[in-house]
Amino acid sequence: MNMPLRTTESISALPAATAQVLAIPAKPVSLLPRLRTIAGNVALRVIPPIIVIACILAVWEVLCSRPGASLPPPSKVLEDTWELIVDPFFDRGGLDKGLFWHMSASLQRVALGYALAAGVGVALGTLVGQSTWAMRGLDPIFQVLRTVPPLAWLPLALAAFRSGQPSAIFVIFITAIWPIIINTAVGIRNIPQDYRNVALVLRLNQFEYFFKIMVPAAAPYIFTGLRIGIGLSWLAIVAAEMLIGGVGIGFFIWDAWNSSRISEIILALIYVGLVGFVLDRIVAAAATIVTRGTAAN
Amino acid sequence: MAAYLKIDFVDKTFVRGSTQTEVLKDITLSVERGEYVSIIGHSGCGKSTLLNIVAGLTPATNGGILLEDREVNEPGPDRAVVFQNHSLLPWLTVYDNVKLAVDKVFSSTKSRAERHAWTMHNLELVQMGHAKDKRPGEISGGMKQRVGLARALSMEPKVLLLDEPFGALDALTRAHLQDSVMAIHQKLGNTVLMITHDVDEAVLLSDRIVMMTNGPAARIGEVLDVPLPRPRKRLELASSAPYLKCRQRVLEFLYERHRFVEAA
Repeated sequence: MNMPLRTTESISALPAATAQVLAIPAKPVSLLPRLRTIAGNVALRVIPPIIVIACILAVWEVLCSRPGASLPPPSKVLEDTWELIVDPFFDRGGLDKGLFWHMSASLQRVALGYALAAGVGVALGTLVGQSTWAMRGLDPIFQVLRTVPPLAWLPLALAAFRSGQPSAIFVIFITAIWPIIINTAVGIRNIPQDYRNVALVLRLNQFEYFFKIMVPAAAPYIFTGLRIGIGLSWLAIVAAEMLIGGVGIGFFIWDAWNSSRISEIILALIYVGLVGFVLDRIVAAAATIVTRGTAAN
Repeated sequence: MAAYLKIDFVDKTFVRGSTQTEVLKDITLSVERGEYVSIIGHSGCGKSTLLNIVAGLTPATNGGILLEDREVNEPGPDRAVVFQNHSLLPWLTVYDNVKLAVDKVFSSTKSRAERHAWTMHNLELVQMGHAKDKRPGEISGGMKQRVGLARALSMEPKVLLLDEPFGALDALTRAHLQDSVMAIHQKLGNTVLMITHDVDEAVLLSDRIVMMTNGPAARIGEVLDVPLPRPRKRLELASSAPYLKCRQRVLEFLYERHRFVEAA
């Protein structure tokens, strides 16, 4: 690999020319087997979950179809909630809205609270990671506060904001911020001395150092925090909304329970799970794109 | 005439709690412009510390560093370092790693196009132009070290500091890189200060070899002139009498008079 360029160039010049000629007829032939392997890989990933889900549904159906069963079987759930599934966009005023509107209200709260948590969390984490004094001062407080359950903040937030909406956003914020702070701080503290030396030799100023060395070097850690944070946010929103009321998937579930519409609860739970999964994937995908190359050292 | 780079009565003592460790004692060394000076010694003798002091990364306890008669006590691109473990930023491509240095050092003196051309020029100089879009994780150890060298050269340093740049490489790769460094030194006439623990490497590359005694409180034990004409050819030197004599002198210093003591 370390031969002088002259040698590599003269060698690579020849095969490159011949390879071009060969590649054209080779392409259509190789397309079909490649498609077949892709299809095979997809099947390998898709078939096992389908089988397992089918089994679970079958057991559930059998168990809950007995007379006197307290929970509805899947067939009943589907039947009861068919209207909600096929038309998630209806809006009959008040709280009588389609699931899309409930979901979107919840997602908006999470988006706001989580964005705040991400901004403040990365900033505070950077401070704690950079300054030993700040770490000694703030770390004990963080360690205590992060163990407070999200919902315990809600009464305090309601007292402070006197309104449900900002309180719910605050609960999301306070839930998501701790893993973001702690992971960012660890990431900043773990920046190798080598990178710091490079910055010193180049005389990067604080601003350049932050954006060109610190953020990319700590990015894998920051994203770990962000990913834990989004999961916790989604966990907290359902609980918070059950208490504050209004439009939102949490209150939808609570409302369904109060009117004994068990099938709707089950449908909502499935949606909550799927959305949570998608949120996690989105942050994970963002992490892969942003930290590409950092991990592969 | 005053020396180009002068290491002036440098002492270094590390203090940890109540224990003081004297690492370097009374180091004085002058390096002329365009000279290639190697510092050799057993591991733990403080030669890397000395290089860090020259680079400004570690402050000296006493004494100081003069570069063109001006004291330097903080790091800067006029004393570019090629680090032992390449220290490339893994999230940047080879090109961007060098470009980062070029953009910073020549932000006001070169245009955008000139900075691009200068980056490519330095990559070509170390024969890495072909890998400019690769990331450090995708190239071999020797290639990384070449890029590290290109980054240092691109800063047009007054002194090029090499901290065991070939230490982590296999013998063949190392020989290739040594030849490259020799050719570049021949072409650009850089002033180089290199840390090494390889006797052959020191003799092959250097104009002078500075031999350090063992720590603690390491001093300069001896300075050897290498009177071999340049350009030097690895194969011809292997049997040349002055080369073997220089080699012999360094070996004697390291293995007879200043044997490595494990306890130290």
